[in-house]
Amino acid sequence: MTMAGAIPEADFFGETPALSEPPKEKKQRGRIGDWVLRLVAWWVLFYLFVPLVVIVVFSFNAPVGKFNLTWHHFSLEAWSDPFKYPQLTDALKTSLQVAAISTVIAVVLGTFVAIALVRTRFRGQEGVNLFLVIPLTAPEVVLGSSLLTLFLGLHWSTGLTTIIIAHVMFQISFVALTVKARVRGFDWTLEDASMDLGANPTRTFFKVTLPLIVPGIIAAAMLSFALSLDDFIITYFNSGSTVTYPLYVNSAVKAGLPPQIDVLATMILIASIALLAIGTLYRRRRAEV
Amino acid sequence: MAGSAASGRKRSKIAPYLMCLPALAYLFIFFVIPLFTLLKTSLSVNTGSVFLPKLEFQWQWSNYHSAFNDYSSQITRSFVYAGIATLISLALAYPLAYYIAFKAGRAKNFMLGLVILPFFVTFLVRTLAWKTLLSDDGAVVHFLTTIHLIPGEGRILSTSWGVINGLVYNFLPFMVLPIYVSLEKIDLRLIEAARDLYSSSRRAFLKVVLPLSLPGVFAGTLLTFIPASGDFINAEYLGSTQTTVIGTVIEKQFLVVKDYPTAAALSFVLMAIILVMVLTYSRVLGTEDLV
Repeated sequence: MTMAGAIPEADFFGETPALSEPPKEKKQRGRIGDWVLRLVAWWVLFYLFVPLVVIVVFSFNAPVGKFNLTWHHFSLEAWSDPFKYPQLTDALKTSLQVAAISTVIAVVLGTFVAIALVRTRFRGQEGVNLFLVIPLTAPEVVLGSSLLTLFLGLHWSTGLTTIIIAHVMFQISFVALTVKARVRGFDWTLEDASMDLGANPTRTFFKVTLPLIVPGIIAAAMLSFALSLDDFIITYFNSGSTVTYPLYVNSAVKAGLPPQIDVLATMILIASIALLAIGTLYRRRRAEV
Repeated sequence: MAGSAASGRKRSKIAPYLMCLPALAYLFIFFVIPLFTLLKTSLSVNTGSVFLPKLEFQWQWSNYHSAFNDYSSQITRSFVYAGIATLISLALAYPLAYYIAFKAGRAKNFMLGLVILPFFVTFLVRTLAWKTLLSDDGAVVHFLTTIHLIPGEGRILSTSWGVINGLVYNFLPFMVLPIYVSLEKIDLRLIEAARDLYSSSRRAFLKVVLPLSLPGVFAGTLLTFIPASGDFINAEYLGSTQTTVIGTVIEKQFLVVKDYPTAAALSFVLMAIILVMVLTYSRVLGTEDLV
């Protein structure tokens, strides 16, 4: 990132005064281009943001009838009793449980692969890389339905365990690729230094390698936790009678959507924003020290 | 990477294999083998009843024949929707990724946070929010009729555009992030060099930035197109009975009708078509480096 300072503003559409002197007319167009680019970028972010606003706003709705889809009037009723529907609460608990367990397993499995891929050279490395990417290129219906045929063939009844198995399956690749991307540019000579100073490989791993890759692992864990919490299609195929939060929502679409769904979604959203903010502040503080 | 090769030598030769083994074994058992059981199911015949299916494997290729014949409109629709949604996503994501990578300055992390924020609200709840937004008396329809983009009695919910909008929205972060990563990796000295050699900013973009960002575009389009072509939630929530897609059929056949062979055949058809498209696409774009 040292190069960022080399170009004054990293201003590619616009002027870069020290480097060349573009004709005046061009400068003008550059500015307009910049302006359009900024407009488009913030507009797309706005687009990503709008449904989230709808969810937050509709958590304060007092819907007419059973479906919280059209605005009626402001109410704090749902917020004063967010856990009114025990099935919904249980579904959320199940989701959190699934996400926690599957994330731990996937992070352990995925991190080891990532370290092996970045830190060592071995025969078949390219194959491993490719193998990790392939599950990402299969649509969820295929992943979900193929696992279901496996479980049917084995006569396993689907439920909590099969959901966790399915989640770990799609999380591993995400973890491995995220950790790999995060640890790629590190100064690995520190490892050599550690070993030169007499530390054995195990000690080096725990004292040098692991601390270096922990931020990558945390990022991967957050990503796979979110993916697990979010997953509907794969879970749907392998859930049996177990109900996760998304599965509850799906059955509620037909039976009636209480505003509590939006309340819980808002709670998760706020918790995530808080986590992100803490992460950013922590990183900024470390960068300043 | 020369340094890592040198330090790698100090370690034992089998260590990397041991580190890879658990994950690869896991993926083998729960990803590769299921594909074979899926294939086997797709060539089987149900000799039991609907309530107690009993599958018998007997090279029943006619399952594929009927899958293609009975559901060709759903198959076509899935890929048309996914294709349009991918193009729109690309058009939206590239400027955003470019802005974040090069212009955002201190706001960079904040903007990246905003991009992934939708992930923290369940996919289904997000899609339901669009049901509210796109409803006939909602703000979006009102705005579009005001500017005469759609006729007075026009609607979006329960139409193809409702479904496509849902696909674009739900998979947009998957397009933004890989493009951002590839743009971020670009060595700024290359652009500086182009400018030093009197290249215009547009030319510098077309000749330097764009080619270097193609791996990101490649990964992003795949990460958007593939899930979009198999998705059935957007079609179900934002579409109508006229917008059923291949995912809808697979889901219903597997979980409601319990016609496992047909459903498995359809899953395989979906994957085969995607595979052919991906291979062709990677030939055209000439990128092997996916991530």
